[in-house]
Amino acid sequence: MGTVADSRVTANLLLFADSRLPAGGHAHSGGVERAVAAGAVRDMPTLEGFLRGRLATAGAQSAAIAAYACRSANDDPAPAFTCWHLLDAEVSARMSSPAQRSASRAQGRALLRVLVACWPDSVPVGLGDRPHHAVALGVGVGLAGGSPYAAALVAASASVSSPASAALRLMGFNPVEVTALIADLAEDIDRCAEAATHASDTGGPELLPSPTGLMLDVLAEDHARSEVKLFAS
Amino acid sequence: MHREGDGSEGLDRFSLLVGASGRSAPRRSLRVGIGGPVGSGKTALVAALCRALGRDLSIVVVTNDIYTTEDADFLRAAGILSTERIAAVQTGCCPHTAVRDDIAANLEAVEALEAQHVPDLVLVESGGDNLTLTFSRGLVDCQLFVIDVSGGDKVPRKGGPGVTASDLLVVNKTDLAPLVGADLGVMARDAARMRGDRPVVFTDLRADPQAGPVTRWVRNRLGQPTDSMER
Ligand SMILES: Nc1nc2c(ncn2[C@@H]2O[C@H](COP(=O)(O)OP(=O)(O)O)[C@@H](O)[C@H]2O)c(=O)[nH]1
Ligand SMILES: [Mg+2]
Repeated sequence: MGTVADSRVTANLLLFADSRLPAGGHAHSGGVERAVAAGAVRDMPTLEGFLRGRLATAGAQSAAIAAYACRSANDDPAPAFTCWHLLDAEVSARMSSPAQRSASRAQGRALLRVLVACWPDSVPVGLGDRPHHAVALGVGVGLAGGSPYAAALVAASASVSSPASAALRLMGFNPVEVTALIADLAEDIDRCAEAATHASDTGGPELLPSPTGLMLDVLAEDHARSEVKLFAS
Repeated sequence: MHREGDGSEGLDRFSLLVGASGRSAPRRSLRVGIGGPVGSGKTALVAALCRALGRDLSIVVVTNDIYTTEDADFLRAAGILSTERIAAVQTGCCPHTAVRDDIAANLEAVEALEAQHVPDLVLVESGGDNLTLTFSRGLVDCQLFVIDVSGGDKVPRKGGPGVTASDLLVVNKTDLAPLVGADLGVMARDAARMRGDRPVVFTDLRADPQAGPVTRWVRNRLGQPTDSMER
């Protein structure tokens, strides 16, 4: 696999790697709240296990989708309306849990607000008003001048950093140790993004990989049904 | 999204998404944020406003509480507001963030209720926290901050954006003042010093379940006459 990393990093691109991006992410735990409630995440080693699993499944999937969406956003001529609809359907088909789909669309819509505020004339109309999160993310990175690899990297990285931050808030882990854990995962995140970039370079969205995490689906559904929750997902 | 005749295509549709930051179409509702520490009486005040104003006005409520259905249950059980007029938002353990730094989920909830009910008044109750709360102006038009006297009379003196910068400071549970030895005169003086011209009202929601002074203030913001007796 050849290298796809590029050195063209713009300041705009960093917006998407900033956890303060006001796109609703802070209220989503990526399944960690339910995993904590079930006792599956209880200390640093179990958190690491959770994050590795999430990177390999949800992370790999959203990275490939983001890379694909980024490539589409930069396509010349611009993709037709129906191309975005097709991508949307393919993403939905890769999420068997309705709760996951709705969390994805809630975050996608929130991110779309940001994109429309930042690039009012460039956001593809075909996205509709409730795109999946990974699609909106990929488009955003594309609008920010980033490559498909950059989109994949941001998606893969968020797939672990956002549940890690949620776990920190729920369990009172040492924030410095949590950061060190993410630094420890960095090589895997890089590799995940590279693989996702290659996997996204397909003819059509139907060929995108679908490495689903069954346990994440179960956690998401449990979470949606639970009475007391601090996070939206 | 169906606030307007849907003639326009394309990016006009997106422009609604930008929310209160200026690009969206004018809306008719007044959005009011209600902040303040846990237990100070925010939900009781929401109930009071619904009681006092609910007959003339269409009201919807967004809560940011941990127990997503508790406030809704309370408002419904008291016959104050029907469940479909109440939405709950999860804040990911960060109640301030959800109404200030990243308002996406609250904005979404507000807009959904507005689209469905076309209300006159939207009340957004924050999850309770400390005195540093401010609502984003992208989410609400004005904000109330509710403290109570049970924590003693030094709270207004402590300041913090909630106390100093809110559009209305509500000092609630005045009935408890004698029990905790709180001096309401001191609270009024300190609040005036911290807030300059911004108004302060004192309430006892046990004795005044329609929160007269707050109701008048909200009516005023709505541009309604306030001289008539509240029903
Ligand atoms: N004595 C007294 N109790 C009050 C008053 N207002 C509210 N309460 C009570 O204070 C408690 C907390 O009120 P609530 O509205 O749930 O507080 P929130 O956490 O700020 O929403 C409830 O038991 C209310 O009945 C008041 O003016 N006087
Ligand atoms: Mg309350």
